[in-house]
Amino acid sequence: MQPLNHHPRRDPAPTRLTYRMNRLWLTPLFRSFLRIGLPVLTVAGGVAIFLADTDRREGLVMAAQDMRRAVEERPEFMVKVMSVQGASAELDQDIREVLPLDFPISSFDLDLEEMRLAVSELDAVARAEMHVRPGGILEVKVEEREPAIIWRSRQGLELLDGQGHRVAPLETRAMRADLPVIAGDGADAEVAEALALIDAVGPLAPRFRGLVRMGERRWDVVLDRDQRILLPEQGAVRALERVIALAQADDLLDRDLIAVDMRNPARPTLRMAQGAVEELRRIRTLEAGASN
Amino acid sequence: MTELYQSQRAMRRMRKQAMERGVIAILDVGSSKIACLVLRFDGPERFRSSDGVASLAGQSSFRVIGAATTRSRGVRFGEIDAMPETERAIRTAVQAAQKMANVRVDHVIACLSGARPRSYGLDGRIDLVDSVVSEDDVARVLAACDVPDLGHGREVLHAQPVNFALDHRTGMNDPRGQIGNTLACDMHVLTADAHVMQNLLYCIKRCDLELAGLASSAYVSGVSSLVEDEQELGAACIDLGGGSTGVSIFIKRHMIYADSVRLGGDHVTQDISKGLQVPLATAERIKTFYGGVVATGMDDREMIEIGGDTGDYEHDRRTVSRAELIGIMRPRVEEILEDARARLDAAGFEHLPSQQIVLTGGGSQIPGLDGLASRILGQQVRLGRPMRVQGLPQAATGPAFSSAVGLCLFAAHPQDEWWDFEIPAERYPARSLKRAMRWFKDNW
Repeated sequence: MQPLNHHPRRDPAPTRLTYRMNRLWLTPLFRSFLRIGLPVLTVAGGVAIFLADTDRREGLVMAAQDMRRAVEERPEFMVKVMSVQGASAELDQDIREVLPLDFPISSFDLDLEEMRLAVSELDAVARAEMHVRPGGILEVKVEEREPAIIWRSRQGLELLDGQGHRVAPLETRAMRADLPVIAGDGADAEVAEALALIDAVGPLAPRFRGLVRMGERRWDVVLDRDQRILLPEQGAVRALERVIALAQADDLLDRDLIAVDMRNPARPTLRMAQGAVEELRRIRTLEAGASN
Repeated sequence: MTELYQSQRAMRRMRKQAMERGVIAILDVGSSKIACLVLRFDGPERFRSSDGVASLAGQSSFRVIGAATTRSRGVRFGEIDAMPETERAIRTAVQAAQKMANVRVDHVIACLSGARPRSYGLDGRIDLVDSVVSEDDVARVLAACDVPDLGHGREVLHAQPVNFALDHRTGMNDPRGQIGNTLACDMHVLTADAHVMQNLLYCIKRCDLELAGLASSAYVSGVSSLVEDEQELGAACIDLGGGSTGVSIFIKRHMIYADSVRLGGDHVTQDISKGLQVPLATAERIKTFYGGVVATGMDDREMIEIGGDTGDYEHDRRTVSRAELIGIMRPRVEEILEDARARLDAAGFEHLPSQQIVLTGGGSQIPGLDGLASRILGQQVRLGRPMRVQGLPQAATGPAFSSAVGLCLFAAHPQDEWWDFEIPAERYPARSLKRAMRWFKDNW
């Protein structure tokens, strides 16, 4: 008997479409595209669509920032105190003014290098170091400049250190009576020479008033009674020592002189006061016997 | 002829491209089955034929990576009869082979079993300009062969130079570089029906494949199933196919004759179907399981259930003795072999030094065929199987696959054909720039 449900056998041949799809699938380029290109494209497209919305983008940035802050503001990273070492009371005040920090602050927000530069730019500071010490302490180590001399400039009195660097302004000369005074334009550039000259003054110290820089090239030593010693550009210390030797031997400077001119070291010149000149002339006349 | 020349050269180019890509498909469209093999070429061969090493007949350079067979549909006498059906069958085979190989193939080499092939022996003769034979001279002598009228709607399938003669010396394989005055050549031309070839081409194109070569199935099954000395000394290969039987004669490694008989295994099946009153599918099954051509006393007692599903008990329980089956099959097989014999006689096979005949193809698996064939074809008959190629599945090593395997060898090492040589300058149109270029090239 014939089977009742007699289906015609299915055609085993692939349809044209199946055949083509099959061949496409066997194409290496297509396969690699499906394996690599398509997932990459899908993920990139998804991300692009997600980020196309401004609110979402901002939310993402906010979340990232919040997370960052949460880590930064952990107590382990907080700085609570600033300690300044090696600074006088005024300098301490100045440093605290220069670094307007709002404690407690996270150590991530501190730019130590920039702060160090800011502190170093203070006149009174020679060198500064900064560390964040465990326990939340910002340590500022300062080396202060030592004032060595007073400079009377056109702007007023200023304290300078041994290298001629400005330390602080000064109200009056009397406030630092222990320091010598120099004056004149460009005097601050030659502080080292000035200090050497002041060292060399020695026996003249009681009469010494100060040094004046003349024409930004040489020094005048000013004594009391408005006496001056004009020193040459080169070998100023030697010239001064010669003058001091003369002064000790012949009491040169106790006489009525206005200036000892050593600008030409080969030919020291004296400038006498008006009365002394007249007196000398009178004595010479007497000596000549011409008493009229 | 120029048009043919161009199309054949285009196919050769396609084959070269496929070789560069390393993958090519073999398609044997037969009347009973369609076989598709996918070959992979592993780069340049290690041995070239010029080294004197035959490199295992050229099969060392490739391996079969995909093989598929499907029942053929819409093909009769080796010719495409119902094109959509055939196209579907080709798609089935190609897809299955691609799946096994896991690569996509774009180029295919196909063979043609029907199409009424006809052989012509041509000869040409030229006087050499220079006393040394150059490649140009070979092309000229090939072009000098006078082509007979091939008939309307016929197309050249193969045009192979078979023999060269220089002055009085003949039997040369390669005359290049030799010295002489007159060069002559013999060429074997095989023509086939153009519309059959076009149908196959169209079917292959419909499957998105490119045809990289076309060969006669009689030729390629001879290439695969004749051993070296048979090809050298002279032998005939009879490919017993489903719808047609191919006959080819080889000597000195060249095919010199090919023909096909439009009879085959399908006719045997039809005879059984008619004689026993069973459907064709049952007849085919009975033929393959119980078929034979020589009856013995034992066969009278061996009863075969031939079945049926009419619902009539008497009809559905019929049996037939094997002797009866053999009685139906034998006359048809004899007829086929006699037809083949007639073709061989017409070709002058008896004049060849060796009379070896090799039976191959699916039909050669009938038990007792060699005994029957030796009565009709002569004493030197043997059953041939295709040579082994690397990677071929066991199921595809039988004699039914001799033309598919032969196509593999053909794909790996095609024989020089007429179109593998440049057209001589005289054959170009008179005012062509190419002609001028060639003239310069030849004279400087």
